This record gives sequence, C-alpha cells and structure tokens, in this order.
Amino acid sequence: MEGLTLSDAEQKYYSDLFSYCDIESTKKVVVNGRVLELFRAAQLPNDVVLQIMELCGATRLGYFGRSQFYIALKLVAVAQSGFPLRVESINTVKDLPLPRFVASKNEQEARHATSYSSDSENQGSYSGVIPPPPGRGQVKKGSVSHDTVQPRTSADQQEPTSPVVSPQQSPPTSPHTWRKHNRHSSGGNNERSLAGPGPFWSPFGEAQSGSSAGDAVWSGHSPPPPQENWVSFADTPPTSTLLTMHPASVQDQTTVRTVASATTANEIRRQSSSYDDPWKITDEQRQYYVNQFKTIQPDLNGFIPGSAAKEFFTKSKLPILELSHIWELSDFDKDGALTLDEFCAAFHLVVARKNGYDLPEKLPESLMPKLIDLEDSADVGDQPGEVGYSGSPAEAPPSKSPSMPSLNQTWPELNQSSEDTAIVHPVPIRMTPSKIHMQEMELKRTGSDHTNPTSPLLVKSSDLSEENKINSSVKFASGNTVDGYSSSDSFTSDPEQIGSNVTRQRSHSGTSPDNTAPPPPPPRPQPSHSRSSSLDMNRSFTVTTGQQQAGVVAQPPAVPPRPQPSQAPGPTVHRPVDADGLMTHTSTSPQQIPEQPNFADFSQFEVFAASNVNEEQDDEAEKHSEVLPVEKASDPASSLRVAKTDSKIEEKTAASVPANVSKGTTPLAPPPKPVRRRLKSEDELRPDVDEHTQKTGVLAAVLASQPSIPRSIGKDKKAIQASIRRNKETNTVLARLNSELQQQLKDVLEERISLEVQLEQLRPFSHL
Amino acid sequence: MVHTSLDVVDEKISTMGKALVDQRELYLGLLYPTEDYKVYGYVTNSKVKFVMVVDSSNTALRDNEIRSMFRKLHNSYTDVMCNPFYNPGDRIQSRAFDSMVTSMMIQVC
Repeated sequence: MEGLTLSDAEQKYYSDLFSYCDIESTKKVVVNGRVLELFRAAQLPNDVVLQIMELCGATRLGYFGRSQFYIALKLVAVAQSGFPLRVESINTVKDLPLPRFVASKNEQEARHATSYSSDSENQGSYSGVIPPPPGRGQVKKGSVSHDTVQPRTSADQQEPTSPVVSPQQSPPTSPHTWRKHNRHSSGGNNERSLAGPGPFWSPFGEAQSGSSAGDAVWSGHSPPPPQENWVSFADTPPTSTLLTMHPASVQDQTTVRTVASATTANEIRRQSSSYDDPWKITDEQRQYYVNQFKTIQPDLNGFIPGSAAKEFFTKSKLPILELSHIWELSDFDKDGALTLDEFCAAFHLVVARKNGYDLPEKLPESLMPKLIDLEDSADVGDQPGEVGYSGSPAEAPPSKSPSMPSLNQTWPELNQSSEDTAIVHPVPIRMTPSKIHMQEMELKRTGSDHTNPTSPLLVKSSDLSEENKINSSVKFASGNTVDGYSSSDSFTSDPEQIGSNVTRQRSHSGTSPDNTAPPPPPPRPQPSHSRSSSLDMNRSFTVTTGQQQAGVVAQPPAVPPRPQPSQAPGPTVHRPVDADGLMTHTSTSPQQIPEQPNFADFSQFEVFAASNVNEEQDDEAEKHSEVLPVEKASDPASSLRVAKTDSKIEEKTAASVPANVSKGTTPLAPPPKPVRRRLKSEDELRPDVDEHTQKTGVLAAVLASQPSIPRSIGKDKKAIQASIRRNKETNTVLARLNSELQQQLKDVLEERISLEVQLEQLRPFSHL
Repeated sequence: MVHTSLDVVDEKISTMGKALVDQRELYLGLLYPTEDYKVYGYVTNSKVKFVMVVDSSNTALRDNEIRSMFRKLHNSYTDVMCNPFYNPGDRIQSRAFDSMVTSMMIQVC
C-alpha cells in the first residue's frame, strides 16, 4: 500500500478507533466484527464499504492490519465527504474531515467528535486533572495553546517528525489533537521517563489502558473520576511513537495496541464506576427513604406489602412498565413485599429514573439488600437470578464480595428458619402470592360453607377457624366445621404432625369432621388393625348394624361410603338389612348396648378409614350411594341409642351432628375419631393411607431435602440458590397438596349435606 | 392449534377431579398428521395453564426435561406475579421472565 499521510488529528483519531476495534488487544490486527460495525456506523452504503475494504487491502489480506485500518478510515472520510473513492484520494484530499461514525457502538467516536469540538474546557479540565501532563508534548500544530501542558517539548519534537500534512486542523480539531497528543505524548513521556510525570505516571505506566484513558478523557463528561483516565494515559508509552502514521510503522501498532487494551480496560472501569457511583445511596437519601418507609410501615424491620408499595410508587408518575421493572429489581426475595433495604433500593431507582438515568438490567451491588433479617420472612426464595446477574456483569464483579458474605451468612439462617417454619407451619414460608391465593381459596370455601343450610356446619366452621389460626395454615374452616370434635381432633392431630408432614395437618383440617382422623401415621398402623377389626366389624355390624347406626348416627355420611370402596357395599348391605332389623329391634336397647362397645372399637377404625378414604374423591361418589342406605338404617338406631352412641355418633358425623347435638353428647375427640375410623373399612383406610403416605412421602422427601440445604453455610451462592429453588418447588408442591385437600374437603362437605338432607327426610319414616 | 390444545386441557381438568394440579400432561396424542408437534400442558393451583408446543423434529425431549422446564416456568411466573404492578392477564413484560424463557429454549435447542 502506498504510504498514508495523516494529520495528527487523524492519527490520533485513527489510533483510537483502531484500539476500539482491537478488542483482542492484539495491537496488530483489528477484529473484523468491530470494524464492520464501525463501517456500518459510518452510514455509508454497503457497496461503498465493500469498495473501501477492497481498496485498503483488507480483503486481500483477510484481516485489518493497522495500515489497512487507517486507510479504510481515511477512505471512509473521503466517502463521507462525497469524494470518489480512489486509492489516490487517500493522500490527495485535503482538508478532509475526520470520518464520522454514527452508532451506539461508536459512541466513542461520537464522543470524540463532541469532545473534539468541545475543546478548551476539557482541555482545561484535563490539564488540571492530569497533574503533570508534563510529558505531553503539545501538538505542535498550532493548537498548542495549552499552556498547561508544559514540558511537551520532547513530544513536540516527535510530532514534527510525523508526516503531518496539513496544519489545517480546524480549530475544533486542535483540541483533539491536543488530546491525541496528550495521549500519545503521555505514552511518549513514559517512554522517555519524563521528569514531569512524577508519581502519577509511574504507576500508570504499568497499566495498559492508554487508549481507554484517552477515550475516557474524550468522553469527557463522564462521571468517572479522571484518575482512571490517567491510568490509561499513563499507559500509552508508545503512543508518542505513533506520531508517524506510516502504516507499516511498528511503533504505531504498538502504541495503538497499548491504547486499545487500555481503552477497553478503562471503558469497563469507567462504566463500572459510572454504574456504581450513580447507584450509591448517600446518607441523606437513605435517611429520606427510611422516613418514607416509616410513613408506610412504622416497623423498620417489617415489610411494606406490595399493594401499599404500588400506591406509593405510582405517585411518582413513572410508567407502570418501569415501575414493574423497578419492582422486579428491588424485590430481592420475591416475596411481594419490600423490606427496608428493598424499599430504599426501589426508591433510589425511582429517583434515578426520574433524573434521567436508565434502569439497569440487574440490581446494582450498592442497592442489593442485605439479607440479614430474612429469617422473619422465611423468603428463602431469593432470586438467584438477581444475585447472579449482579455478580456477572463486568462492572465491579469484585465489589460483589462485600455483599456476598452477608448473603451467605443470612441465607443459611433463612434456610434453617424456613425449614423450621415450613415444618411447623405448612404454608408460612413464602410467598405472599401463594398466601394470598390460599387465603382466597379459604375464603371461597368459607363462603361456600356459609351457603350450607346445615347450621352445625356453620357452628363447626367457627371451631375450625380457631383451629386454623392455630395451625397458621390455610385450613378451610368450612370443611372442618362439621363436628366440634373434628376441630378438637385436628387440634390434637396438629401437634402430632408438627414434626411431620404438613400434609397431614392439612388433611386433618381438610377432611370432614368424620375424617378428621389423626395424622396419617396413626391411621397407617391401624389399617392392619382395622382390617381385622373391620372383618369383625362386618360381622358385628351385621348383628349390630342397627346399634351401630344408632350410635354412629349415620356414620357420617361422607365417611363411611368413601373409605370403603370395597367394603362399603358389604357393610351397607348389612346395614340396610340391619336397619330394618333395627326398626324391629328398637326396643332391644340392652342388646345394643353391649354391642356398642364393639362398635366403639370398630367404629374407631372405620372412622379412621373413613376419614382417610374420604380424601379420595373417587370413593365419594360411591359412598354417597352407600351412605344413603346407611343413613336410613342409622336413623332408627340413632334414636335408640341415645346415650351410648353419643360418643360414637359424634365422631361419625357430619350428618349426625344435629343428632349428636340433640343428644347433647360431645364425646371426647379421641373416641370419636377412632370410631369413625373403625367405621370405615380398612380398605378404605388403606387407599387413603397410601395416598397420604404418598403425599407425605413426597413432602417428607421435599422437606427432608430442606434440612440439608441450610447447612450450606458459607457454601457457594449457587448452592444457596439451588436450595432456594428447591424451597420454591416445595412451596408449589405444598400449595398443590393444599388445593387437593381442599377439594376433597369440599366434596366431603357436599356429601354430608346431601346425606343430612336424606336423613331429615328419612327420619319421619323411622318414627313410623 | 394452541386453542385446540387449550380445549384438551380444559377437558382434562374437568375429568380429573382430585389431583387438581397435575404437573404435566404429556399429551403426545396431539400429533396432527401434517404438523408434527407435541403439546404439553401444565396446570397450576390457580388454574393457570401453561402450554408448551414442541416440534417433533427435535429429538424427543425427555419427560423430565419437560417437567423441569415447566417447573422453572412456574417459578418464574410466580415471580412475575409477585410484582404488584403486574395485573394478571396482562402480557408479561418482565425482562427477567423473558430472559429465563429464552435461555430455557436455547438450552433445549
């Protein structure tokens, strides 16, 4: 290629561009991608760009060496000026403005352009900032009005050697040249071990951010402290040698290379600093945010619910989409509520946005909340993504470390606490949304319950509500209302379960009163018993069906039928028969009495089974049909067995509640439960039990995994994030379970209602 | 085609009364003669349905992968829901959600 003569300004500019494109810091070859971007930014037609590339020889060589790059840039300038592209035009065109590149990528160039034009101020600032620009030989070209630049003589000497062509550097370019020279000269200074530089430069000399410094400087108004720029400056030792822009000059390449490497480093640093600095919350701001927080939530350790926060931030009149994004960034633990730290971060982001700052994609480090008091929230579901994002960006990755230790410390605690809370309270952990959802479901159920005509149900709902409160889980009061003892059952069962699966608790609350059998564990052992007992019971039932029924009072309609898919037909068959017998034997109370104890035993099992089975909705349908005959039979019996059957009746019924109530007996909760269980055949129990076991097994597995998670104190962030994910999954599993149980409860209640209605209808007949 | 799959999902929900939340339905049956794709359904507790359409040309994804994808999707969706500014029913504009979804898809392809 023919020699390329460039003006000083052009030299500097080109070297900057070269460094910009030289992201690999090869200092010899420019990355093609970047070059192409640059050319595209030049807003030239594609064919022109291709032509340029051909002319400069890049296509021939296959890469963009420094010389090719410079030639290309020159040609771009030529093309932009409207001159035809010719090889000769490289050197012949005079007064060629610097090539202009428009694009976000080329902000540097744009900035350069602007900075070039903005000259003096920057210069002054630079000169002031750069303490001893000493080595910066001023561009001799005239622009040397930089008095601040002192010992530039050496640099100047170099400059004259450069084939700078025209002194036409327009005034605006003089600053550029000055800057360029600064850059270059700084490099040169280092090389020459200028006396001036002093302490500043020596350290910088090591850094290789010359070009970046230059770029940073040119960007000029960027907040980053000028020190960084200095660093880059310092590093451009070879830049001074750049003065001769001969394409083949190795010196140029070296300088450019250093410049390039420096540029990237500086840019990154600059960006990071610009990110960090704007996002830091000053003390005044923090105090203001805290005050605002107090107005919404007096307790500084408490949360601001999402709705309140929404109203508050809507007042800022930012678009909803941006507020939504701010929320995503600031709600670190994704709990739908803001802690003090989260609130401050959100507020800060809002303030920044209003001032024109763009929202970051990830939460800046300085805004990340300290997960210190997350134990309360048990929101272990911190967003790993957030943390990961904040850690990943090139911006100040090391600065993450300060926040990480706190995170690591708090997360294990959280995990532990959440684990405990998870065990104790089925639903507590999380997530407001799930809570809200559960609450909504609960409300729905209570509403549906209220619609039930049966008063006992309503009464029981109150009991159940108490129970629910105790359990602090979303229990469907409606479902539990059936029997008073059912609530008591659940009470007793709850403590048992606390150590065990949540589902059990739920099952207790969710199952109908009849089914409020003890937690699954108890039922399990019983099934074996109940089986044997159920067999006996069958016999006894046949004998004492009437009695049973009397005592049981329509073994809670829902309970018996459901639990016994197979056995139900049997007993029901018996029962109806017995019922008839009962009719005749109403007077045989004494006979019934002795049988009752048997019932008691069996009924317990049945009840147990029934309760367990009730959970299975499939059986319910069958049960319904079966229950009807049972109810009929039980009606007369119930009338007979007032006293003794009371206890049994109580348990068994949801439908029998009225009867029980009338009898005035509310036997102990434990007896009723077993009675019910007994009623249900073991088979019924087993399916329930199996289901329970499955569910509980799942939950146990999930919960079991949790303990191991919290132990990861001090482990990787990844491990914590994984644990968070697991907890989230657990939550969803639990939520699912809850919904299932609720559904079952609903069904059971419906059955009971229907059975009670039938009971009512049948009563008159029985009296006949 | 998504609408037809929605009908299928509804039908499935109505039939199975108990296990309301079936994590996934590998409804491989939805394979039209011409368009070979598979539709996977996932229903949450709140009756929110996720439908995933997968091209059969892709080496059949394992069931576990689909399930994990749905789980991730569910998690991200709940995160989006946490946002009080998000009105259920709106088009989800969360960047985090979008990035998660795209990363998931890229990982599969």
